[in-house]
Amino acid sequence: MTGQNTTGHSARADKAESSATPSGATGPSTIAPSTTGSSTTGSSATGPGAAGPSEAEVAPLRETMQIVIVGHVDHGKSTLVGRLLADTGVLGEGKLEKVQATCRRQGKQFEYAFLLDALEAEQDQGITIDAARVFFRTDKRDYIIIDAPGHIEFLKNMVTGAARAEAAVLIIDAKEGVRENSRRHGYLLSMLGIRQVVVVVNKMDLVGYDRQIFDSIVAEYRAFLDEVGIKPRCFIPISAREGDLVAGPSKAMAWYDGPDVLAAVDGFGKQPGRVDQPLRMPVQDVYKWNARGDDRRIVAGRVESGRVAVGDRVVFSPSNKTSTVASIEVFSAEPPTQVQAGFSAGVTLTEQLFLERGEIMSHLRDGPQVGTRLRVNLFWLGKLPLEPGRSYKLKLGTSQTEVQVDAIHRVLDASALGSSVDKKRVDRHDVADLVLRSRNPIAFDRSEQIEGTGRFVIVDGYDIAGGGIVRELVPDENQQLRLESRIRNIEWVRGDITVAQRSELMGHPASMVMFTGDAGVGKHAVARVLERTLVEDGVHAYLLDGKNVFLGVTSDIDLDDRDALVRRFGEVVYLFLDAGTVVVSTTNVIGLSDHRTLQTLVAPFKMLVVHLGPDAEGMPEGADLRLDPGAEPREAVAQIKALLAQRSRLRSH
Amino acid sequence: MAHLDELEEQGVYIFREAYKHFKQLCMLWSIGKDSTVLLWLARKAFFGHVPFPLVHIDTSYKVPSMITYRDELARRWGLQMVVGQNRQALAEGMNHTRGRLTCCRALKTDALRHTLDGSWPRKRMGPDGVYYEEQDREPFTGVIVGARADEEGSRSKERYFSPRDHNSDWDIADQPPELWNQFKTDFAPGTHVRIHPLLDWTEINIWEYIQKENVPIIDLYFDRGQGTRYRSLGCETCTGTIPSTAKTTQEILVELRATKVPERAGRAQDQEDTYAMEKLRREGYM
Ligand SMILES: Nc1nc2c(ncn2[C@@H]2O[C@H](COP(=O)(O)OP(=O)(O)O)[C@@H](O)[C@H]2O)c(=O)[nH]1
Repeated sequence: MTGQNTTGHSARADKAESSATPSGATGPSTIAPSTTGSSTTGSSATGPGAAGPSEAEVAPLRETMQIVIVGHVDHGKSTLVGRLLADTGVLGEGKLEKVQATCRRQGKQFEYAFLLDALEAEQDQGITIDAARVFFRTDKRDYIIIDAPGHIEFLKNMVTGAARAEAAVLIIDAKEGVRENSRRHGYLLSMLGIRQVVVVVNKMDLVGYDRQIFDSIVAEYRAFLDEVGIKPRCFIPISAREGDLVAGPSKAMAWYDGPDVLAAVDGFGKQPGRVDQPLRMPVQDVYKWNARGDDRRIVAGRVESGRVAVGDRVVFSPSNKTSTVASIEVFSAEPPTQVQAGFSAGVTLTEQLFLERGEIMSHLRDGPQVGTRLRVNLFWLGKLPLEPGRSYKLKLGTSQTEVQVDAIHRVLDASALGSSVDKKRVDRHDVADLVLRSRNPIAFDRSEQIEGTGRFVIVDGYDIAGGGIVRELVPDENQQLRLESRIRNIEWVRGDITVAQRSELMGHPASMVMFTGDAGVGKHAVARVLERTLVEDGVHAYLLDGKNVFLGVTSDIDLDDRDALVRRFGEVVYLFLDAGTVVVSTTNVIGLSDHRTLQTLVAPFKMLVVHLGPDAEGMPEGADLRLDPGAEPREAVAQIKALLAQRSRLRSH
Repeated sequence: MAHLDELEEQGVYIFREAYKHFKQLCMLWSIGKDSTVLLWLARKAFFGHVPFPLVHIDTSYKVPSMITYRDELARRWGLQMVVGQNRQALAEGMNHTRGRLTCCRALKTDALRHTLDGSWPRKRMGPDGVYYEEQDREPFTGVIVGARADEEGSRSKERYFSPRDHNSDWDIADQPPELWNQFKTDFAPGTHVRIHPLLDWTEINIWEYIQKENVPIIDLYFDRGQGTRYRSLGCETCTGTIPSTAKTTQEILVELRATKVPERAGRAQDQEDTYAMEKLRREGYM
């Protein structure tokens, strides 16, 4: 039996092995090919989904909703699902009685959970059940219950299942009360972004249908869920086994006046309001086929929230490049004038931009946040722990960025119930509140505001090892400058020549080469030779020494105010870059630590950082090339030119 | 959003992820309805283009009109066809009378594996629409497949991006998590990935989509006057027709909504062994 571990029906599978599977009546061999009517055993004719032709002919496109039922092992998930199937009549006539009879024959107590095993064994796939999903329907819509195993060993599968759901039912055993897994599941649902939640307190029959016990569980669990940001639509006292309040009222609990499980589930809404949120379209890819007479350049991605229309001004983050939507492209249909959340789109722009996957397209106002530090909640599934000092890959939207753990605030331990503030790493199955630091600025949202661009996974090595949501941006030292340069870029008044046209006419893209290294290593010598060589090659290059800016533009400010000096230097560089120039400079005057700040200021233009120093040790983070001190300028320049050429090749595709 | 739209969007998204992350990408096209819907989705995702090769495994026992249909569509849509075959087994006379599983394993599983890893010769359609022997055969590392979770037991346990090791083995018990639209796209050298854009579709969804989009599907699925049609396509020798007078997509939908017989009931090899499919699947058969 191979299915057991992966689907996590461990509890169910055990039960099934000893009973309930009507022996001999299973397996595909009993299904006669090429017939639909004559059945030999009589069992397959009464299968579920026995919709008569008249119903089939109507064939309305019914609404489908994927839900997940989660809870601690043995709290009654399978029983509830079995009950739902039986009570909504999708089971087919005689099915229930048949399984009950089998149990009697084998001297076993009947369990509703056996229904699931019996159905699965009969291979009525696609109709009522498969190993990962159960299908049922109400008058309102069709449901797919996604399997989300409760046992901690299967957390990976539980999370995968639950992540696909639009709503969840949390189940708690009235006798056992709130358990460790009840908390973990609540936490996980909140991180998976499942806001529509109903809590059922099961096995009320075991506690004499006592209202007080119900109320105290509600109070305890509500307080916990509140902490993790989940506000359940209702708490329902039920007995899945006896059928109280699953799909009908309960005599024993007349004191309860809320909906039963079925009504509560029917009360879930479909995808609330993503269309009305600000536009977010993470760039998935940029296509230019140049084939079969097609020379469109299409920016492709799925609209995660909001809507975008032809003629809209848009900005891409984190690069801050702006353009206007020229068209919305589709295959085999009339091109629409707008496209909204949930749909995969392709847009062309009036101005050709060099765009990379990972940028987020938004309107000029209400754009995403951009930064390098993110306060997050995450859960960890990795075999190795998540710990400071190691690098991981963060995937958010369509972007990929190298990150490290910056600070751990709180860890909800996998083994113990309590949370720990001292723990210095996050182990498998732990849940944590921490700060991540990325190498380069990334665009994102607080998950509370926009879900699609507010959640992420972390890849360790080759594997997805964790996932989570962004709670907020933690400002870094460049936050203010980043904001300023963003506003400046968006508000910038342009002539008729676009950046792309300018670089085409001038024969090269604008760019900056910055030399770093200690005083006396020969930066200036290389910079001079580079300027000369480039100009002789026909490149519009200019050696801009920091000192020259200080002599004029900043002569009226205090020389000790490094921030102000760097900022002004950066703004001057930006002007040169916008004019199409290749700027060559050194950090001689502004000080070594500032090339990051400078990069923030000149974005979206890219800096090429060349470091002169004896070893990789002293190299600033993000440097592109290292040269030995006193490097022979001509050889050095040849290397730099090769790098520049490689860059512009990359940019021109 | 309508459910069919949701399924389509998810499929398109998966296609674009696959294309972005895998250099050596291909898609299996069996000519059946599922992989033809898959092909249509690819054209949606890439605005009319199909920017990777389509691999077809020719057992030589397919209904002849399948091959005609394949090549016609390939020329019309500018598809990059790659065709593989277990030439040696066929030369030695392999056929289903030697045991259906043995035959399937040789002509499908083995042929597929060695076509994908480039170790056996394969044919490629040139720009002129004619097949020639492919010269520099690279192994494919990403393989897009039209499997659906509802087809049979083992498929429902798949992920959208499902890793296989260098033996094409599938470790069902330890699969990577999949969250939202983040898939496993990082791989150790020597492994490859099966990608399943249709995982959440049901047989009915497939036909609803064919109807909605007017996808050109091979006519073997329809009754052409004999009162029978194919519900699932495979080798002529092992795939039976079903009694049906459905001549249009609409009529098929009506029929399907009323039936209780599983889709693959007409496939003889499934009946031979309860775990036949699971076995073949683990070995790489689609
Ligand atoms: N008394 C009582 N027992 C129940 C009820 N619901 C489930 N159980 C029992 O609890 C055990 C575990 O139920 P099951 O549905 O398999 O739990 P799961 O592991 O969450 O799927 C079984 O023995 C059920 O019969 C209930 O409402 N009342």
